[in-house]
Amino acid sequence: MSSGALSDQETETVSIRDAIRDGIREEMLADDRVFIMGQDEEDGGSFEVTAGLHDEFGFDRVRNTPISEAAQVGAGVGAAATGMRPLVNLSFSDFIGVCFDQVMNQAGKTRYMFGGASEVPLTVRAIEGAGLNAAAQHSGTVHSLVAHLPGIKAVAPGTPAAAKGLMKSAIRSDDPVVYFENKTIYERRGPVPTDEDFTVPIGEASVERAGEDVTVVATQRLLGEANAAARDLEDVSVEVIDPRSLYPLDTDTLAESLKKTGRLVVADESPLSYGLHAEIVTRVVEDAFWHLDAPVQRVGVPDTPIPFSPSQEDEVVPDADDVGRAIQRTI
Amino acid sequence: MPEIDIGSPDGRREALRTMLLVREFENRVRDRFADNEIPGFVHLSQGQEAVAAGACGALADDDYITSTHRAHGHSLAKGLEPDRLLAELYGKEAGYCGGRGGSMHVSDLERGMLGAQPIVGASVPLGTGAGITAQLEDADWCAVAFCGDGSVAAGQVHEGINLAATWELPVVYVIENNQYSEGMVFDEQHNVEDLADMAASYGIPGEIVDGQDVEAVHETVSAARERALAGEGPTLVEAKTYRYRGHFEGDEEPYRSQEEVEEWIAERDPIENYAEVLAERGELSIDELEAMRADVEATMDAAVQFARDADEPAPEDAYDDVFVDPAPDVERFRERMETDGGQDGGAGR
Repeated sequence: MSSGALSDQETETVSIRDAIRDGIREEMLADDRVFIMGQDEEDGGSFEVTAGLHDEFGFDRVRNTPISEAAQVGAGVGAAATGMRPLVNLSFSDFIGVCFDQVMNQAGKTRYMFGGASEVPLTVRAIEGAGLNAAAQHSGTVHSLVAHLPGIKAVAPGTPAAAKGLMKSAIRSDDPVVYFENKTIYERRGPVPTDEDFTVPIGEASVERAGEDVTVVATQRLLGEANAAARDLEDVSVEVIDPRSLYPLDTDTLAESLKKTGRLVVADESPLSYGLHAEIVTRVVEDAFWHLDAPVQRVGVPDTPIPFSPSQEDEVVPDADDVGRAIQRTI
Repeated sequence: MPEIDIGSPDGRREALRTMLLVREFENRVRDRFADNEIPGFVHLSQGQEAVAAGACGALADDDYITSTHRAHGHSLAKGLEPDRLLAELYGKEAGYCGGRGGSMHVSDLERGMLGAQPIVGASVPLGTGAGITAQLEDADWCAVAFCGDGSVAAGQVHEGINLAATWELPVVYVIENNQYSEGMVFDEQHNVEDLADMAASYGIPGEIVDGQDVEAVHETVSAARERALAGEGPTLVEAKTYRYRGHFEGDEEPYRSQEEVEEWIAERDPIENYAEVLAERGELSIDELEAMRADVEATMDAAVQFARDADEPAPEDAYDDVFVDPAPDVERFRERMETDGGQDGGAGR
């Protein structure tokens, strides 16, 4: 179990956007097999996350692709299996639909089908999340689909430290990793260790706020919403955990927290059915059922696509008030 | 087995032997599958041996190929051993993938065989990716991506070739046009006569070659490989060939007449015709041909015995190799499912 506390290390305060870029840049400097391909990457890619890397590393290492998600991921697998460490950007995670075969059948199964004879050190960045009035095909949160696939690791950081540390781990991993970024929290700032060897292991959750009464497991944007809800609830001591890694999932840290609090809320921006919420709840219930003092609660999108109209988008997308009400329902 | 010097009599005889081996390998697979010795699905490439032997014979050991679901010929021609290849089809531990892949996923990275690919068309972006590696490493090898005429209707084929063309990657795309996409004849699938015409839309050379002529295939792929290694980018090669067997073994083939198949076998067989050519040139005696056939028969007798005798993989090894780096979830679920009662969620009441 790891703590969110970074007090024993020298840190600097950076945004999630800069933390991701710093992680990529350090790994590109450390290993010349790392290269980036994606749409408009030479100009910094979507949301300027990779800004400046093309100027620093040149065309070989930072390449614009045609609009070809299937080729990007499929070629990423081919390059990875033959010795490179590709970083492929999907500008919006919704676009994973057009390359789902390459994610599911190529990236996820190649090593297994080959009897362990290959490694596929591919990292795919997928930018997800609602809140920018981008409507249904540019606002989705699809990480449950990917975390469900055998052979794929999936991470979704909620803090700058996790964003940098997990990006470095993803690029260094010999397994395919899909790295999910929420597009509305790029400006979220926080402490990140300055040590270039700092990484966050894939498969390790972080207790971001210690508490005694209720455990809130919250991802990405909802981590901030959960912290806000916890601050607003004066009479309830809320423990907030960022799972950070969706697969593998650090069940131990989550279950230990539930054993302490007896109450559980899972807050994640994906649709509520058949997804990450259900997996987290099930894992924790498997390990700590007899410690439950109240029915578990889920906070997410009620199974709708994301609407365009701002008033409707605000309606379906969960926020701190939704998390607060979920906490209250467990008390 | 690779690479074959098609300019020498020894090389030409080697090309013939490769084709004979592929034919006999698939004869055995056909019969052993019919006898239920081989599980799953198998897709044979009989009739297409000259494409495999000619194209792979033009490649060095370091070159990579990606292949289709009809991959036995490509695999043998790239140098995979018939005994371990057959053992893989039997699902045995000694197979190239430890029995995990079977006919449709056979691979051997050591010999540059980057995988049979039963998702039709997926061999193309994979080959493009290997080409990226070659370009970034400034390597003296290239990638050859085999695909079928049916795959050309799939979007990822277009994306993969377009990417390689724009980046001038060292890749050769070999379309094996065997006239049938599963159960559809070519002209019901495409509105062009020649798939090589597609090359113009990518700004790369498109070559049409007689896929029943092993020397022509070798020559065309050799030239494309040289272009690739010279940094001049990809080439699209369409090899016109024919599939003798159904889409899969057991296919009743309602979509074509057996007269058509018999006509191809009688008139256009790549092996019989090439043996005649070599004999007419005085490069192959009847005795040599018979010795070659006997050698291939003996090789396959041994391969069948090897595959039959090989051990089954341990069932519990099915949980291995999902990941390189630890991911404890697989073990977690496995252990829970094997626990008998008394489980209290690890916490107690």
